[in-house]
Amino acid sequence: MTEQAKPVKVLLAKVGLDGHDRGVKLIARAMKDAGMEVLYLGMRLTPQEIAWAALQEDVDVVGISILSGAHMRLIPKLVQALDKHGHGDAILLVGGTIPDQDVQPLLDMGVGAVFPVGTFTSTIVEYVQSAARSQHG
Amino acid sequence: MKKAKKSHLSEDSLLGLEQKREGWEKGELKEFLDRSGEREESFRTVSGLEVKRLYDPTDVDQLDPAEDLGYPGSYPFVRGAYPTMYRGRFWTRRQIAGFGTAKSTNERYRFLLGHGQTGISTDFDHPTLTGYDSDHPLAEGEVGRLGVAIDSVNDMQELFSGIPLDKVSVSLTINHPAIILLSMLLSVAEADGVSWGDLRGTVQNDSLKEFHGQKTFALPPRPSLKLTTDVVEFCTRHVPNWYTISISGYHTREAGSDAVQELAFTLAQGMAYVESALERGLEVDEFAPRFSFFFGCHSDFFEEVAKFRAARRLWARIMKERYGAKRPESMRLRYHTQTLGSTLMREDPKNNIVRGALQGLAAVLGGTQSLHISGYDEAYDIPSEDAMKMSLASQLIIAHESGVTNTVDPIAGSYFLDSLTQTIEERVWEYLNKIEELGGGAQKGGKPKSVLWGMLHAIETGYIEQEISNAAYEYQRRVESSDYVVVGVNQYRSEQTQPLEIFEYDTREEDRQLERLSELRRERDNSRVQKLLDETKKAAEADENLMPSILAAVGAGASEGEIMDALRDIYGSYRDPGVF
Repeated sequence: MTEQAKPVKVLLAKVGLDGHDRGVKLIARAMKDAGMEVLYLGMRLTPQEIAWAALQEDVDVVGISILSGAHMRLIPKLVQALDKHGHGDAILLVGGTIPDQDVQPLLDMGVGAVFPVGTFTSTIVEYVQSAARSQHG
Repeated sequence: MKKAKKSHLSEDSLLGLEQKREGWEKGELKEFLDRSGEREESFRTVSGLEVKRLYDPTDVDQLDPAEDLGYPGSYPFVRGAYPTMYRGRFWTRRQIAGFGTAKSTNERYRFLLGHGQTGISTDFDHPTLTGYDSDHPLAEGEVGRLGVAIDSVNDMQELFSGIPLDKVSVSLTINHPAIILLSMLLSVAEADGVSWGDLRGTVQNDSLKEFHGQKTFALPPRPSLKLTTDVVEFCTRHVPNWYTISISGYHTREAGSDAVQELAFTLAQGMAYVESALERGLEVDEFAPRFSFFFGCHSDFFEEVAKFRAARRLWARIMKERYGAKRPESMRLRYHTQTLGSTLMREDPKNNIVRGALQGLAAVLGGTQSLHISGYDEAYDIPSEDAMKMSLASQLIIAHESGVTNTVDPIAGSYFLDSLTQTIEERVWEYLNKIEELGGGAQKGGKPKSVLWGMLHAIETGYIEQEISNAAYEYQRRVESSDYVVVGVNQYRSEQTQPLEIFEYDTREEDRQLERLSELRRERDNSRVQKLLDETKKAAEADENLMPSILAAVGAGASEGEIMDALRDIYGSYRDPGVF
């Protein structure tokens, strides 16, 4: 990697019918301000649609916002779909209303990090920058 | 719209005040500031409005106490919607509830009614809010999760089982599918022998705020506005005591708007509904008394009280001066308040009890007609029974112990409050004028500008969403830089946070609901349902009021998703533009 590295490419999306999009939009803007390339797909997407877009766009990071409580049902499907499309090496982030006891199971199934509601955008930006750096070695 | 006014203070008292102030500024104040400065260079409300060191009578001397404040229960209603306010009766304690199947939610309603609640408010799950049946692929994992799952009239029957619909007022928090859910409720009332005229309650039915606030839209803006107006028209004729729209700012504020935007966009939605109903040929005084409002309440105490007062004055003037309303009921803004879920923090969750109580007090001093104090555990999940008991207790303590309910409008007379109210009002007018301007270009044929067209244009071009996103980002920046202190979050952090017992969702509820739905499909007359769905489509194509055909379809057992699919076939659906 040179100093003129390509910007980190991030895909953000909301999965399922959940309409709470304040957080994901704040993160999109903070990431963009931090120089990342951000694709925000919007809401009402299935895990398959998100995985397909991640592959098409060849993103480094997939960030999912979910405040509907359906994360333990939908995130495993997304992990599976990303693997199936051969894009399992993307860093997967999950943010939203995630109870403490669900964090470890999500990490165990391959989620890179979980950011509960209220996490500062600066924390997420820093995480992504350092994770992307170590991934590209 | 703003008239230049004269001071209502005499020249002598103005002069006297000026002299006193000058003396104070050069004397006591200067000496004090020379010794010790202030905490900040400048002070702002949570919405970014400037707050001065001190307010005195000269800040509000252009406010005419008779014309601009008046008396409670009379125009312009600043001092309260009703003459005796809480001396007459307290606000309705209406904690929203909904989860799992109709049966589970019905049990929660009975629990709440047994703990001091006086009205019911129904939270629907995301599939119901967005017009999908529980067995739709997109509904997976969300059935009964953040609200109750309602697929058919059978579920609605079970939801209100044992609750007298002519005595307890019921609020249905539903928007694009409002016409369907209200039809279900009307069917249930009919079956229970309750006449439509005796039904009391509200359907949210605020379709336009879905595109920038709650984001549970099902149809594009214009058809959704048509359905909202169908409900208004039908209820005006047949369900006369029903509140036909709860014009909502709550979700807009939750989406990140500031207080001015919350009020401005909510009033603009209201004006759009008024104009839409007028276009149908209804008289303003026929339908406007049945509009109500719904606001959030944030943590900046005076800003919130000022917002509620500004709301009443603005709506009264808009209805009288712009739409020519004659009946006071058409000008009187009544509102429900919910303390804002987004102010509830995950860190030290019991601090949220204090936040809720203070926000609730602001809503009461603002003059609310009903109140929901959000549960202290809502940053984790939907509220537990314990959290809802605390919220009701906060309401009861404000009502009975604080003493603020013993006189009408006890907070009146604050220079700061009156000044802030005026500032908010002016900023709201700026937005309303801008929205009206936007409508000018959108209309063909040289028709006059209208807020209705302006709102549609502002929504369709993403203007409103962008304004809200900007405010949300600014607020977030202030929190992250500790410019706005949130206790336990950006300052005063505890090492350990108390563990909470949060609501536990029973994952078998989804299966139970799916079973109920397949039973419905097995047992009803499917060819009759299909015929009635076709008739709904025909009515939509003919641009008729859809309420009669939807009532018939619902009565025959058509599901919510089936009816909404029929409407989506005609009107199309909506895709979020993803503005950030």
